[in-house]
Amino acid sequence: MSTPLLSIKGLTKAYPGVVANDNVSFDIGEGEVHALLGENGAGKSTLVKMIYGLVKPDSGTMSLRGAPYAPPEPRAARADGIAMVFQHFSLFDALNVAENIALGMENPPAMGDLAARIREVSETYGLPLDPFRTVGDLSAGERQRVEIIRCLLQDPKLLIMDEPTSVLTPQEVEILFQTLQKLRSEGTSILYISHKLEEIRTLCDHATILRLGKNVGECTPRETSARDMAEMMVGTALKTPQRAGRAFGEIALDITGLSVPSPSEFGTSLKNLHLTVRKGEVLGIGGVAGNGQDELLAVLSGEILTAADAVKKDGQPVGRMGPTARRRLGLLTAPEERLGHAAAPNMSLTENALLTGSVREGLESNGFLKWAETRDFAERIIKAFDVRTPGPENAARSLSGGNLQKFVIGREVLQNPDVLVVNQPTWGVDAAAAAAIRQALLDLAARGTAVICISQDLDELMEISDTFAALNEGRLSTPRTTTGLTVDEIGLMMGGAHGMEVAHV
Amino acid sequence: MIVLEKRPQPSRAWSMATPLVAVLATMFFGGLLFAALGKNPVEAIGTIFWEPLFGEYAFYYRPQLLVKGAPLVLIAIGLSLGFRAGIWNIGAEGQYIMGAIVGAGVGLAFYPMEAFYIFPLMVVAGALGGWAWAMIPAFLKVRFGTNEILVSLMLVYVAEQLLASMSLGLLKNPEGFGFPGSRNLQSYGSAHNAELIEGSGMHWGVVAALIAVIFAYVLLNRHMTGFHIRLTGEAPRAARFAGVRPARLILFCLGVSGALAGLAGLFEVSGPSGQVSIDFNVGYGFTAIIVAFLGRLHPVGILLAGGLMALTYIGGEIAQGSLGLPAAAIQVFQGMLLFFLLALDLLTNYRIRAARKEVA
Amino acid sequence: MDLSAINPVLLVASLMVAATPLLLAAIGELVVERAGVLNLGVEGMMIVGAISGFAIAVETGSPWLGFIGAAVGGAILSLLFVVLTQVALANQVASGLALTLFGLGLSALMGQSYVGIKPPAMGKLDIPVLSDLPVVGPILFSHDLILYLGIALTAAVWWMLKYSRMGLILRAVGENHDAAHALGYKVIRIRILAILFGGACAGLGGAYISLIRVPQWTEGMTAGVGWIALALVVFASWKPWRALLGAYLFGGVTVIQLNLQAAGVAIPVEYLAMSPYVITILVLVILSADKSRAPASLGRIFHASH
Repeated sequence: MSTPLLSIKGLTKAYPGVVANDNVSFDIGEGEVHALLGENGAGKSTLVKMIYGLVKPDSGTMSLRGAPYAPPEPRAARADGIAMVFQHFSLFDALNVAENIALGMENPPAMGDLAARIREVSETYGLPLDPFRTVGDLSAGERQRVEIIRCLLQDPKLLIMDEPTSVLTPQEVEILFQTLQKLRSEGTSILYISHKLEEIRTLCDHATILRLGKNVGECTPRETSARDMAEMMVGTALKTPQRAGRAFGEIALDITGLSVPSPSEFGTSLKNLHLTVRKGEVLGIGGVAGNGQDELLAVLSGEILTAADAVKKDGQPVGRMGPTARRRLGLLTAPEERLGHAAAPNMSLTENALLTGSVREGLESNGFLKWAETRDFAERIIKAFDVRTPGPENAARSLSGGNLQKFVIGREVLQNPDVLVVNQPTWGVDAAAAAAIRQALLDLAARGTAVICISQDLDELMEISDTFAALNEGRLSTPRTTTGLTVDEIGLMMGGAHGMEVAHV
Repeated sequence: MIVLEKRPQPSRAWSMATPLVAVLATMFFGGLLFAALGKNPVEAIGTIFWEPLFGEYAFYYRPQLLVKGAPLVLIAIGLSLGFRAGIWNIGAEGQYIMGAIVGAGVGLAFYPMEAFYIFPLMVVAGALGGWAWAMIPAFLKVRFGTNEILVSLMLVYVAEQLLASMSLGLLKNPEGFGFPGSRNLQSYGSAHNAELIEGSGMHWGVVAALIAVIFAYVLLNRHMTGFHIRLTGEAPRAARFAGVRPARLILFCLGVSGALAGLAGLFEVSGPSGQVSIDFNVGYGFTAIIVAFLGRLHPVGILLAGGLMALTYIGGEIAQGSLGLPAAAIQVFQGMLLFFLLALDLLTNYRIRAARKEVA
Repeated sequence: MDLSAINPVLLVASLMVAATPLLLAAIGELVVERAGVLNLGVEGMMIVGAISGFAIAVETGSPWLGFIGAAVGGAILSLLFVVLTQVALANQVASGLALTLFGLGLSALMGQSYVGIKPPAMGKLDIPVLSDLPVVGPILFSHDLILYLGIALTAAVWWMLKYSRMGLILRAVGENHDAAHALGYKVIRIRILAILFGGACAGLGGAYISLIRVPQWTEGMTAGVGWIALALVVFASWKPWRALLGAYLFGGVTVIQLNLQAAGVAIPVEYLAMSPYVITILVLVILSADKSRAPASLGRIFHASH
């Protein structure tokens, strides 16, 4: 075998209290699509940040085509031909596409020339993009194209892609894969980070698997079963949630002809939504991020008010009610953003328990707070949901993502809601916690609660929902029962390829 | 290399210690400043912090501490509620003036009638005057989203002009031989905010300040409104999710701080100052901002900080007389205190640590 | 009352003079805010600039050195803001207030021995023929050079923000500091430079008041101009040319109310004197409907954690 493009030897990086990467070694060959596989928190992001010069390793070496490689900053990495497409796009909403791309280049040409080159590259790779559109107005898929084109304009030798498909519909994923295969055929190496096994089996030549910061194995994905890879990734066999067979009751929540403009400039307006959820039913709402998920949750939580009749709980109009009044009626919600939305980072878990629990748990009387009862409630959540923390007096921000998510979901579940709406309940949560959260939602439904689960994780939705609908540009597809639903059908409900063309390979 | 490392949660110990460290640092650097001005730094610092409390004439200065401290605490308590919620009323000086004008105006309207209810009416009017002046930025923010920082500050200048206009016009003492300024309320029994105990400096303003401290403590620690105020400051989105109505909170915080500043103005105009005059306001509304931060926006802290700030005022005056220390030097000294406090606040949330040598 | 004593040509010429301190301070703050930093210490930096410039001009006899000193003085004070907000990660609102309170005290201390002194006069532009033209001459060709500098600075900042790479990076940092950091830009360094620039501009604006507009030193002489400059940045929707327009509007209001006072209009002096502040509030109200142009990272603290 010839000299690998990038060779990593013994990279180690520790943060206070956690070793993000522990002696990780692997090679990426020329023209190879190399997968980096691992759960959330396995250390994938830290590893690629070291390759990209954003983080300096504590020890270990890298070499690029045999020469020592230690980029002090991303600029140096880019100069050496390393390009990266981030999971959370580092884009500037208020600037246009060309300006965004210019910011990612060392010596950008004049705007006019740059715009021409953007058009040229986007046509070559089947990624249509108008250089003068404001980035804030683009869909998630289009925003990803900006990032990819920014990278391609620098003729990279190695393209790093961090969870690129989490924001795409299945059809868009297919187009992306064709683009990546075209790049590979031109000799570009790709480091592909993901936890989605089927994707990796389709696309990648080689895979390195990380668990808790350590390299725990390598394989050729095409020759390895998804199940084997999953076991390497997780370490133990997982308990999958049990769906009890259940009958649905009456309609618990009813949304009719709901249209609301988004409160934020670059948000998505909801357009003529209709849905009903019955007692005991789990409605899964899929869709690519930024298609109105946050707005839908805000409409249900009472943060955005609507016409009274647009939202009805048990037939009672609640559209004009604020969050507190809705909680009193039993309509509870858990937003996606844990820190800053569902919980106040610097406040204790006790105070965060009070945040939504005050009405239903009777934690106040005449406006005066009952701290002892509130503390009890927080402790009950911690116990019931196995939240790992020294105690309820600890600040929310001191908890890991998964633990805080268990706390946030647990806080709503323990209040015995009639209707519970959750947005991205297992995002960024380790597999064991995710399984526990899904099981809790199913248990709740089994006791007669109507559950709406908004998620971008289609596997999760297929696993727990009875009914499925997709949000696409603020519109909701007609809900369908999940039994017998195919991936292609789901993709079309999610908006198909969002107007993308297939690359001319 | 030095790096900052975010603490998993705010350090309680540092939160308490920073004001003390800031005071010590200010003493040190303030001493350097005084030395640069050609004064003996030890003597200057000693004069400022020792003389008013334990010096030869302490019997005269100690009551003055209450007189100066009360308006500072009263205003700072109000401001701290808003500051906690990220609502920045920096126009307390204007609300203080308006409280004085309206309160004194009501009192003077009864002149020369003597009745027990005149002073209570003035207190209500003073609070209302400050409240109404603060309602302008509050209403504009709620209705139009206008920046309350700029509006409340602009209204200070407007209030100062109104004060001048009142001293020269409507409220001018008809028996004042043409000099600007109103009748002296100290010589109008029913409107006089007299000392409750002769020579103690204790007047109704001091009582009101203590009540405000207790009120704020209970509100912040035991009441839903206080919880909502803290929550809004910590995480505005989480507050809306919890059911806080931002508009109500803005009206409440600005209203309370305006009313308290108005009360401070009324107690001052009817007591220590005595009359509405062009130079009635001396910057309590701005110094109270320092007091609020120095007290960590905590009611008890503000009580202590108000005392300390009053001490620097009085000690500064003594140093001005005995050492010729310029009045502005004390202002700089107070400003320094705020700087050190803000800078040291870092230690509450971050840990400073020497970074290990980076491996190349 | 004699309104005919008000000469419209002189009115326009003097409104340009009245507008210049505002314009200088506002352009500086505009750059600072475009970089995502809210520095409420403009008033403090202006007044320190006013006294630094005044003292140096008096001591050296050169108004030019005075203006340079003012810029340096304003920048040094803004360095304190840098330490608080960029190094110690303190709240920007509180730090800006601290800067203003501190600056007011410091300037009073520095200016004690300068009260009542007349500063050296600044030369005015005098181009033969052009400066003597009726109407156009006094309005366009007869001012001091700092006034033209203010206009030139507006043009330069406009060009820099719109066309230069430096401007693009500055805007990027103000829009999304995390993304800018991820691309390898030095967020803190760029912000420090912007803050220093803002401090220097505010200092220049302050010195313009003490050396040209008034010209003498009195305590607290900026009288809220720094705060109006902050309002002006909002008014201008963070666009340089609109800041110029706004400065001239406010300059006009100031000059007209002074002229009305002089002409003895039947409105009490106090009510005329409060008019610029009241108008600032009204303008803020009218413009506060549109917040969309504000840099998205404005006032947010940046700390590069792993």
